[in-house]
Amino acid sequence: MNEDANEADQITGANILINSLVAEGVEFIFGYPGGAVLHIYDALFQQNKLQHILVRHEQGATHAADGYARATGKAGVALVTSGPGATNAITGIATAYMDSIPMVVITGQVASKLIGNDAFQEVDSIGISRPCVKHNFLVKDVKELATTVKKAFYIATTGRPGPVIIDIPKDITAHKAVFEYPEKIQMRSYKPILNGHTGQIRRAAELILSAKRPVIYTGGGVVLGNASKELIEFTRLLGFPITQTLMGLGSYPANDPLFIGMLGMHGAYETNTAMHQADVLIAIGARFDDRVTGDLEQFCPKAKIIHIDIDPASISKTVTVDIPIVGTVNRVLTALIKIIKETDKKPDANALAAWWKQIKTWKQETNSLVYNRNSDKIKPQFVIETLSELTKGEIFVTSDVGQHQMFVAQFYKFLQPRRWINSGGLGTMGFGLPAAMGVQLAHPDDTVVCVTGEASIQMCIQELSTCKQYDLPIKIINLNNGYMGMVRQWQEMFYDNRYSHSYVDSLPDFMKLAESYGHVGMKIDKPSDVEAALKEALAIKDKLVFMDIIIDDKENVYPMVAAGKSHNEMVLRPEGELA
Amino acid sequence: MRHTISLLLENESGALSRVSGLFSARGYNIESLTVAATEDPTVSRMTLVTRGSDNIIEQITKQLNKLVDVIKLIDLTEGLHIERELLLVKINVPTSNQREEIKRLVDIFRGKIIDVSNNYTVELTGTPHKLDAFIKALENMKIQEVVRSGILGIGRGDKNLHL
Repeated sequence: MNEDANEADQITGANILINSLVAEGVEFIFGYPGGAVLHIYDALFQQNKLQHILVRHEQGATHAADGYARATGKAGVALVTSGPGATNAITGIATAYMDSIPMVVITGQVASKLIGNDAFQEVDSIGISRPCVKHNFLVKDVKELATTVKKAFYIATTGRPGPVIIDIPKDITAHKAVFEYPEKIQMRSYKPILNGHTGQIRRAAELILSAKRPVIYTGGGVVLGNASKELIEFTRLLGFPITQTLMGLGSYPANDPLFIGMLGMHGAYETNTAMHQADVLIAIGARFDDRVTGDLEQFCPKAKIIHIDIDPASISKTVTVDIPIVGTVNRVLTALIKIIKETDKKPDANALAAWWKQIKTWKQETNSLVYNRNSDKIKPQFVIETLSELTKGEIFVTSDVGQHQMFVAQFYKFLQPRRWINSGGLGTMGFGLPAAMGVQLAHPDDTVVCVTGEASIQMCIQELSTCKQYDLPIKIINLNNGYMGMVRQWQEMFYDNRYSHSYVDSLPDFMKLAESYGHVGMKIDKPSDVEAALKEALAIKDKLVFMDIIIDDKENVYPMVAAGKSHNEMVLRPEGELA
Repeated sequence: MRHTISLLLENESGALSRVSGLFSARGYNIESLTVAATEDPTVSRMTLVTRGSDNIIEQITKQLNKLVDVIKLIDLTEGLHIERELLLVKINVPTSNQREEIKRLVDIFRGKIIDVSNNYTVELTGTPHKLDAFIKALENMKIQEVVRSGILGIGRGDKNLHL
């Protein structure tokens, strides 16, 4: 930086920050003002390149930035003040970290000379956030600010993505420097591996072509790595069954005959059983999470495992694999497709046919996603199935956490990646509505549905106000059973029906609540009204509709692998429930 | 098994806490950790001694490599290497017999007496085992203070860790 630069060429740190964000192509910044960020807010006021979205709570800002990132693949940006602003943002940052979502969060900090003095609204944001960020920076000199922003976006969006915090003391935003935004950045300590090892890829291709009972198992990495096209080509080339994790749904079309559904704790019986009996498992951008594997000792006991992932630390972390390949999913798949096409060897058609027959038999024998379609109460599965049929995978669906989330994963047929937006790793209740705001802003002409429950929605319900301010016509489907459904289900199954504090008393009248914010409220309590009500709500293009749907309060998610059990020991729906 | 891992990391405030935070967050052991700047003031070198199964050690090295501030690392245990630790120990020496005894022990262990006040302070370098043995040899003396540096490690011959 030129020390003799003319005073007139220098701008404040606040303006450097904004210019840097503009240079990164940022459209929206989700935030909430406060003392430490007032210079930044003053600079925001005087520009029109970035649109600031004023949330009602900092958790909402981080979830909205996260939703935006998941729906677009670009980094989401949030801006919060020091102290409570930063601590409120932590839940959203941890949510993004667990699901590897690119996000840049700017936290204000007290002035440099006050740091460490327990100043008003001071908190060690760097220390508090360290375990749940990919990296974080404290800016100590205004001359480093632009380069720090560049590094933050570079780190957040490359390799295995994740949230990055930039903590900026208030005085730095007032200090002046010449604005120069670096075009490129090189960091000697951060160099993600992109191309897979060719020898390993060749070994993997040989193993794949020798498989008799193969399963392709893919996760969020395929979505994050924009490798849906390559995954579809790879899977269809081989004709292998493909299953996906909660985070992977949509990157392979759910209506394709090779798709055998979600796996894991609430995966279908035939899917988990196929995993258990597989002889070759091809794991792609997945991380062998405990909700997927169940008891590690009994996970895929017969399989040789190939694992493709961008993060070396994800490989052999919980499950030891036979052929690890570190690289971006699309590059590795492209290389595999090339080898498989060029070789004379073909997959064993007879073995595959027998394998498919076996999987279909398991499916027919258990019908593990069955539910009572003749109930006089509204079944949540029926709501999601109807939504799926009405919208044909052409909408964005966000969710909160619990039974409703599992029902969407089981019953909504996602046909494209980045359409299914939920908190998988951290399991953050309160995620759905603010995330939907980010999605709706990114895709103003698309339908965005937030599927939630009466417990989850109340964790960030204040954002209904933000939705009104920015005219976000989100459709909220509140599957209202009066309980924290998943908690109640576990209490029923493992705690002898002692429903300890899982019943939510004194609920608001959600219809009136929505209307009080200026939205449309609807209440549905008869199965026969569900389809018409969904149609009506989806037809309202310019307003938020809050659909309070009173569902069967005893409905459980089946099938289920109890925590710590082997993935082939599944609890199916009791037959008595189907009468 | 016990592993000695050497790291080069950016000499930035917070880099040390990223490493120690990783160990506490993931439940890994740290037996010893030393860190100081290298000949290049922008780079620190850390020697970290930890214990774990092969799987855990593999995870530890991968997770360390994943930290943005870590530039490079090697697991010294995989090859021939040298480990040294520095010990400072302050011993009460009220009688001339004890003073003689200390001098003999310091000679045998190739240490140095570096301060003589109403007590002796001894400096000794060596492998952690040698330092343990020296402290054990002082069994009959009254030790006032023991300070150990933690372990430093370096590969033998051409096995280097540099940028």
